[in-house]
Amino acid sequence: MIATRRETLIGRLLLVLLMAITIVPFISLFVTALHPSGTYPSGLSWPDSPQWGNFLDAFRAANMGKLLLSSSLIVLGVVPASLLFGTLAGFAFGHLRMPGHRIGFLVFVLGLTLPFEGIITPLYYQVRDMGLLNTRWAIILPLIGLFMPFSVIWMRAHFVTMPDDLSEAARIDGASTWQLFWRVHVPLAMPALSSLAILLFLWTWNQFLLAIVLVDDPAKRTMAGALGAFQGQWGTDIPLLCAGALLILVPTLTVFLIFQRRFVAALLQGSIKG
Amino acid sequence: MSAPVTGRRARRARRPRAVWLGWLFAAPAIVMYGTFVLRPLLLTVQYSLYDWNGIGPSTWVGLDNYRRLLTDSELFATIVHAFELIVFFSFVPVLLGLFVAATIRNIAASRLATVARTVLFLPQVIPLVAAGIMWSWLLSSTGLANELLSAVGLDSITRAWLGEFDTALPAVGVIGAWVLVGLCTLLLLAGMSKIDPALYEAARLDGAGPIREFFSITLPSLRQEIGVCVTVTVIAALASFDIVYIATQGGPGNSTMVPGLEIYYLAFSEREVGMASALAVALVLLVLAVVLPIQRLTRDGSR
Repeated sequence: MIATRRETLIGRLLLVLLMAITIVPFISLFVTALHPSGTYPSGLSWPDSPQWGNFLDAFRAANMGKLLLSSSLIVLGVVPASLLFGTLAGFAFGHLRMPGHRIGFLVFVLGLTLPFEGIITPLYYQVRDMGLLNTRWAIILPLIGLFMPFSVIWMRAHFVTMPDDLSEAARIDGASTWQLFWRVHVPLAMPALSSLAILLFLWTWNQFLLAIVLVDDPAKRTMAGALGAFQGQWGTDIPLLCAGALLILVPTLTVFLIFQRRFVAALLQGSIKG
Repeated sequence: MSAPVTGRRARRARRPRAVWLGWLFAAPAIVMYGTFVLRPLLLTVQYSLYDWNGIGPSTWVGLDNYRRLLTDSELFATIVHAFELIVFFSFVPVLLGLFVAATIRNIAASRLATVARTVLFLPQVIPLVAAGIMWSWLLSSTGLANELLSAVGLDSITRAWLGEFDTALPAVGVIGAWVLVGLCTLLLLAGMSKIDPALYEAARLDGAGPIREFFSITLPSLRQEIGVCVTVTVIAALASFDIVYIATQGGPGNSTMVPGLEIYYLAFSEREVGMASALAVALVLLVLAVVLPIQRLTRDGSR
């Protein structure tokens, strides 16, 4: 590739600038969190005596232990079920292709762009009538439903690329449709499944609207929903708020940094398919 | 990869009992989707035709709620605000992303670019609520934004950016742009890496400069990726909720009120369930009306 030195240099500078713009808010959050609680620190100034205790206070004030547990329970309720249902339906629409599969699939495609606000009002009354309001099920069950369009489309996109020969060979060996699915196709779908799992985890953990509408008790919400409540309660104490926000970021950031390669690939693919 | 057309044979070989079995596989997904998405969606349409406070009896009002949506300036303004946010959520990230991606295309494989891939994704990973809290602080009267402005001698324009009528909506837009610019840049960069390098070499040999190169090779090849970026960001703008809820709660006045937040207030504080539902229906249709043409324009390409 022919590239002049100057172009490369400009490219590097631009990239560094963009990274700086991305990072600075995080640094500002961190520095502010170290100031004495109740003060209004200015900009990026390093405090005279860093108040590491703020993180402990925020941990206690936000009830972090409970929040982590609650978010984890919600993720455990949403992600495995969504993966299973999405894979089953994706297999049906992409591989079994039963009569009417096109129309069935189209109905899921239509739900892809649906903003959650579009159904939140009736959802509230429906969840209330089911007696689930203020329980974690109020977030778990609707989220599984709302993730179905994306999950089904994602998994179908994988299954349509699987050659029919494979299934035929398995059937000649006497495999039932279930065995064909579970023993042959699911193991082959692992890369697609793990990317989907990452995306669903992220979207569940960060879900805000359902959490604030359907669950009053912050300790039963997702992390993002709890952060909203934390802001309402401690919004005037900037350093404590920043410490709390930072603490709530730690779990996702840790998972992201561990699985970053997978994450980036999943998010890029996710947007293309979505 | 080996045997191309065996589909028909495979289908004929299938036992007749298995033909309908597919619906059994799809059943759990259909049940969840039907119960928690399609049913509420239909109910939204139904509610939108009634006047209901959520508790007492409801009155049929036909299309009155929709009429009010078009005539009530406060409600209609929410939709205008959503479109103004598109400028920040969509145009800025896509244009900036194009510019940056085209500039760094040559160094896309370097170590710096690998680090950048991780860093630029951070805003995508954190909850929007956290982005809202961070930026509320940065844009406050004593925040970093004002400090930087003072440092370069622009004291006169410092202000509480999220607290003033004229600047609140653009300030919310800046938060959205920050969240989305990294995603757009990386998506476009990924698209550019698929372009055959021989095209660029040929262009260079013909004496084309970087700008000519961009308009003749890069831009036309990126049709699909640009379509994806625009679609994702436009939906984020029209359906914005989290950032606005945290940063301004729709204020000052109603200057940053967007449809998503108005639906929330109407339904759960003002108890105007019918009106909230009409706005919800309008929002769903609006998203479709904007996204479908974009899909049509960008998917029909050669690829």
